[in-house]
Amino acid sequence: MDKLTTNDQQLTATVWRLLEEVSDPEVPVLSILDLGIVRGVRVEGEQVTVSITPTYSGCPAMNTIATDIRLRLLAEGITQVTIHNQLSPAWTTDWMSQAGRAKLEAYGIAPPVDGTATGHVLNLFGKDTAVRCPLCKSEHTHLVSQFGSTACKAHYQCDACHEPFDYFKCHS
Amino acid sequence: MQVAPSETSALHSYSAEVRQQLFEYVLQLADTSLILGHRLSEWCGHGPILEQDLAMANIGLDLLGETRSLYQYAAELEGQDRTEDDLAFLRLATEYRNPLLVEQPNGDFAATITRQFLFDNFHYHFLRQLVSSPDERLAAIAEKAVKEAAYHLKWSSEWVIRLGDGTAESRLRLDKALAGLWRYSGELTTPTALEKSLQAAGLIPDYAALLPAMTAHLAHVFGEATVPVPAGVFMMTGGKEGRHTEHLGYILAELQYMQRTYPGLKW
Repeated sequence: MDKLTTNDQQLTATVWRLLEEVSDPEVPVLSILDLGIVRGVRVEGEQVTVSITPTYSGCPAMNTIATDIRLRLLAEGITQVTIHNQLSPAWTTDWMSQAGRAKLEAYGIAPPVDGTATGHVLNLFGKDTAVRCPLCKSEHTHLVSQFGSTACKAHYQCDACHEPFDYFKCHS
Repeated sequence: MQVAPSETSALHSYSAEVRQQLFEYVLQLADTSLILGHRLSEWCGHGPILEQDLAMANIGLDLLGETRSLYQYAAELEGQDRTEDDLAFLRLATEYRNPLLVEQPNGDFAATITRQFLFDNFHYHFLRQLVSSPDERLAAIAEKAVKEAAYHLKWSSEWVIRLGDGTAESRLRLDKALAGLWRYSGELTTPTALEKSLQAAGLIPDYAALLPAMTAHLAHVFGEATVPVPAGVFMMTGGKEGRHTEHLGYILAELQYMQRTYPGLKW
């Protein structure tokens, strides 16, 4: 592997810094880095390649995210940008940062509870993932539907404050 | 779509014959998710309850996401500059390779649930094996899709149980739906000549190997639903070879209308 030139290294660092400023279109408090959507940045001279991975197969935000990445880089004069859609390894909520989880909860969306994904989904009528209400913090909540406002979210309701809320489904 | 998919280096190591077969097979997978996703989208705004309207739209969206990945791969395999849109919107009905089950009408909620359950039971178990395919792209697509398929199967399984072991009305509707749709379930695991060839090459799962898990899950769900598993029913086939029911024509008339009326339209 060729050693990166100093220019390449600086550009790479700049690109990562700029990517931090690109927010998720659906949940603007999160950056695409918080979500683990960006899988890599490769720089060769002036050519920048950003690899992103979709959260869910049909995530409609991916086009917007790609556009936002281009625009952010363009604003800094970085014009030669290719965006690669990297399918494998498949995105998992494990890649969501701790900061991202905290921001989600502050925004009113319950963050994913690790280790509760596919193993439980075929447990028919089994116990639902226990999720803390992001609003009043009560543990007394119940699942309304596995399919919420977007592909990545389930719909819960709190039995204490009675508010409905979205839960970011664990996906690992 | 302005995102370029990752390269698959293995693409260039396939013989022309295998590449053509893989193209036709990936098209089959894409057509299947497209037609079923389209059927589910027909429920949007018409669901019996808001939460289930959302559920069906979400499941349809997952399927359409898989569809896009598959059509993009098919276009690359074909290598003749056709795009995912050309493949999805500009082929004739006899060129589509989806199995007959997914083009059947939505009917009532019980019919939609029955169709979905029969499909999900196959799809989930199929994808679990497809992740081991030596074809990197198929394995990658399966790796994503299987996580979503698990949620779909849980949803449709639980609804079969609710409807089967529910009220007299729900049971009546489920029985009627099953009487109409069971005959299409066999095609999913009946390999065509194309599929046998790709199975022999080790590129796609052997459907016979999926049957034990599928049968066990079906028996469990039907058992909980107090519904007997149908037996001795002649299975309809032909969809995977381009011989469709009349329903596909109506679906395509709607699906292809814009693309055919305004060729090359961009917005």
